[in-house]
Parts: sequence; structure tokens; C-alpha cells
Amino acid sequence: MENLLYLLSACLLIIGLKMLGSPKTAVRGNAIGAVGMLIAAGVALLLSRDAGGAPLEISREALIAIGVGLAAGTLAGIIASQKVQMTAMPQMVALFNGLGGAASALVATIDLFNKKAGSSVELTLSVPAALSVLIGGVTLTGSAIAFAKLQGLIGGRPLVYPLQKPLNLLLLLGAIASCCWLAAEPLDSTPLYCLAGVAAILGVLSVLPIGGADMPVVISLLNSYSGLAASAAGFVLGNNILIIAGSLVGASGLILTKIMCKAMNRSLANVLFGAFGKAPEGAAEAPATASGGTVKSGSPDDAAMILDSASLVIIVPGYGMAVAQAQHATREMADLLQKNSCEVKYAIHPVAGRMPGHMNVLLAEADVPYDQLYDMDQINSEFSQADVALVIGANDVTNPAAKTDPSSPIYGMPILDVENARTVMVLKRSMNPGFAGVDNELYGRDNTMMIFGDAKETVTRIVSGLKDL
Amino acid sequence: MAELVTALTVFALAVFVGFEVITKVPPTLHTPLMSGSNAISGITLIGAIIVCLVASSTLTLVLGSIAVALATVNVVGGFLVTHRMLAMFKSRKKD
Repeated sequence: MENLLYLLSACLLIIGLKMLGSPKTAVRGNAIGAVGMLIAAGVALLLSRDAGGAPLEISREALIAIGVGLAAGTLAGIIASQKVQMTAMPQMVALFNGLGGAASALVATIDLFNKKAGSSVELTLSVPAALSVLIGGVTLTGSAIAFAKLQGLIGGRPLVYPLQKPLNLLLLLGAIASCCWLAAEPLDSTPLYCLAGVAAILGVLSVLPIGGADMPVVISLLNSYSGLAASAAGFVLGNNILIIAGSLVGASGLILTKIMCKAMNRSLANVLFGAFGKAPEGAAEAPATASGGTVKSGSPDDAAMILDSASLVIIVPGYGMAVAQAQHATREMADLLQKNSCEVKYAIHPVAGRMPGHMNVLLAEADVPYDQLYDMDQINSEFSQADVALVIGANDVTNPAAKTDPSSPIYGMPILDVENARTVMVLKRSMNPGFAGVDNELYGRDNTMMIFGDAKETVTRIVSGLKDL
Repeated sequence: MAELVTALTVFALAVFVGFEVITKVPPTLHTPLMSGSNAISGITLIGAIIVCLVASSTLTLVLGSIAVALATVNVVGGFLVTHRMLAMFKSRKKD
């Protein structure tokens, strides 16, 4: 009976995941997934059996432990999910992910603790237990670092130090060795702590050298890890629903990771080990005029005049727009321009924002119509016909160095060809380089006009400028 | 051994299902999909509940309770956050 219900739950999770893939059914898909999860949790609580197949008696202590955990977790989950800003979604996912990984590692650990001393534990059980602790531990600390980088708690720049690669390789070997040790001595606590410690350090040190701009790839990969950790815990407990759901997530995280790497035209290995965005010596703090050109800056009123006579404006939104909460003002500006019989399009780079599709969510929040959003491949040929390319809080995705400068860390990443527009307006706080830590030579071009200041304020002033004209 | 083979079979098939289910998703939905699949990885909650039920000491009971709490945050937070994101797409469609 309980296995049939688990099967039902697995089917609901798969159907839910499938429906999440289409805009029309996504909301229902999410709900169906949640129902599947609820059924599985109910079955685990009420219909579990012991190793001999007899129904488990639920002790009062166990009931309290589970009840407290469920209540605390539900409360925290509700608060976190309602309070989080849409812009902070990526680090929220990272955080949830880390907790899931930690839970899987704990489940395997507790299962080993529950075994009586002196009883024999087969390799078929101890090997997945070791893997669960390793992957879960790496997921926890890796996600924590990704969270800290995106939240700005630690610098987004990659942290590099001498002998980094050999050290990480050594750690990896250490992790494998600890795994073997724990698999051989599953009831000894020393190898367990050793493995947990090595896994934690490995998670920290493997994410630290990766630049903030690459965090989406890391989170997606860690999402895959947390699934695999759950799957490994499923092997430990001999529970199919954990194995199925865990490997589903493992596969999905891997696919997303691949898509993101492809969008940046780089291999996963390059992202993970390339120390991308390493600041060139001394260039870090120089508020330089980019690459020798003279930077021209203009006022919002200048921008309004040019925009007023434009017939095609392509808006390039970036994470900076979302941080400044400028998306509503931007839509108001777009509405005004459209009344002025000017065509407005939004160019969405595949990695705009902090995750694939993140910018779409942010613009949807501001009620920007779907059909005005264009993917990079659709829009790139149109920049040459555009009167104005309006870059709001985006930087690296417009940097021509990605095409021209083989020594640039972002060389090879496909970019939006904003430079082809008649006028390029860049709304930016300052001349500081973007998330990847690279200067943008676009800002020194003749057809580029920089408008410095807070994006929301600038756009609002452009709007009032347009109204006055 | 037979149990392991069965488990591995389930694992391998589920991985293929995962690849097939997910390859055809439009980029717009990648973020909600990521958070939705992240919620599903909280399935480890089931494991946490089971180890609590068979806990043999206070230590394992306490650790089990923590595991349940962490996994529940993952599940509840994940599904709710996904719903919040998707609701925005939906409200847009009505306009």
C-alpha cells in the first residue's frame, strides 16, 4: 500500500515538473508537485514499516521531534518565501538548496548512528551513506558561499591564491579517501567527522574562486548536487521516492547548467576552474576612462530629447535596473514612447539578471508585455536599425571586448550588439566595472552617451522630460 | 545485492525521465523551474521523517528533528517562492 502511494507521489512529482515547463500549466504543475510531496510526507509519517515489514509504532518522542521540525521548517519557509525580493531570488534558491543538501547529509548520518555498534553494515549501504554526506556537505557550504557572494556579504570577485588548483585537487583526493574510509568503517565516528569536515572545506574552496557573474551556473550545479544527495540518502534507506525525486532534480540541474554554460559560450570546466573575472593587477580600483576613449556623459533631459525623435528604441535591461527598482519607471517610459508612435523592444541576454529567465520574471513583475521581450538571437540584427539602444544597469553583456579582445576574461561570450545602434545610452551608477570585473570599452565610443546616477531616478527624470517636450 | 540492482535501475530510469521532462522548457521559465526542482530536492524530508521514526537515542532524535526542519524549509519555501514567481506571469496574461 505505502509503495503504491509512493508511486503515485513520484508520478505527481514528474507530472508537476513536466507542467512547470510550459507557461500555461506551470502554476498547476507547481501545485501538483506540492501535492505529490505532501502525499509522500504523509505516507512516511503514517505508513512506514520497519526492516521486518511490520508497521512502525510512532513513539511520543519521535512525534514531537517530527512535529517540531515540521512546524519550525514550515514557518521559516513561509516567512522566507514571502519576504524575499524578486531580485534576491537566486540567493534564496541557493539558500534553500544548501538546507536540502544539509538535510540529506544528516539523514545518512543519523541512519549510521541508528545502527547498533557491532552490527554489520554492508557496502551497499555504507557507500551511498558516505556519498550522501560528501555531496550534501559540499552542497551546504558551497551554497552558503554562493549566497554570501550574491548577497554581497563577501566580494563577488573570484578569490585566487597560489597553489589553488593543487590544493583543491588534494582536497578532492582527501574527500575520496575519507569516503572509502567511512564506507569501510561505517560505525566509527572518526571517519564520519573527517568526511563531513573535508566536504565542508571542499564546498567553500571550490566556490570561492568562482566569480560572482558565474554564480548562476554554480547554483544550478549545486541544485543538481542536492538532488543527488537526496538520491544517495534514498539508497541508504532503500526508499524509491527519494531515489526517483532526487535523480529527477539531479538531471534537471545538470540540464540547466549546460544551458547556462552554452549561453556564455564556455565549458563547465572553464567556469569551475577558470577563476573567471580575475581582476588584472592594479586595474581594480581605477575609475578609468574606458580603453583610452573619451567618455561623454549627458543629462536625462538630453536623453529625453533624443528618445522623443526616435522611431525604434531597444531597451537592454540588466540586473542593475532591478536592484534600483527601475523596472516600473522603465515601463512608464516605454508606454510614453509608444504613444509617441515609437516602437519599443526589450533585448534579453540569456544570462541577464542572475539566473536564466530571471530578467523575464523581473519584467513580468513590472507588467511589461510578453511580446515586447526578445531573445538575443532575435534582436541582435535589429540594433543596426535602432535609433537608440538604452542600456539600463547592464554591463558585461554589452561589452564588445567579448568579441574583439582574446585576452578578456569574457572573450567568447555572445553579447548584445548595442554598439550598432545610432545612439547608445548607458544608465549607470559610475564607471566601475560590472559583476565580472571587466572594463567596458563601449563607454568610450563616439556614439555612446553615459547618464550617471541611480537608474530609477534617471528614468523617472527622462519620463518627466518626455512629458514636458 | 538484488535490492541494490533494483535501486540502481530505478535511479537510472529516473535520470532519463528527468532529462526528457526538462529539455523542452522555454528560457522564460528557467528560474521558476530551478526553484521548483529545488523544492522537489527537499524530498529528503521523507528520509528525515523515517530516520526520526526509528531513532534509537536522544541524539539521533534531535538531529532528526533538525533534518526535518531543514528539509521542510526547502520544500515549503521552494514551492511558495515558485508560486510567487509564476503568479506574476499569470496575472500578466489576463491583461
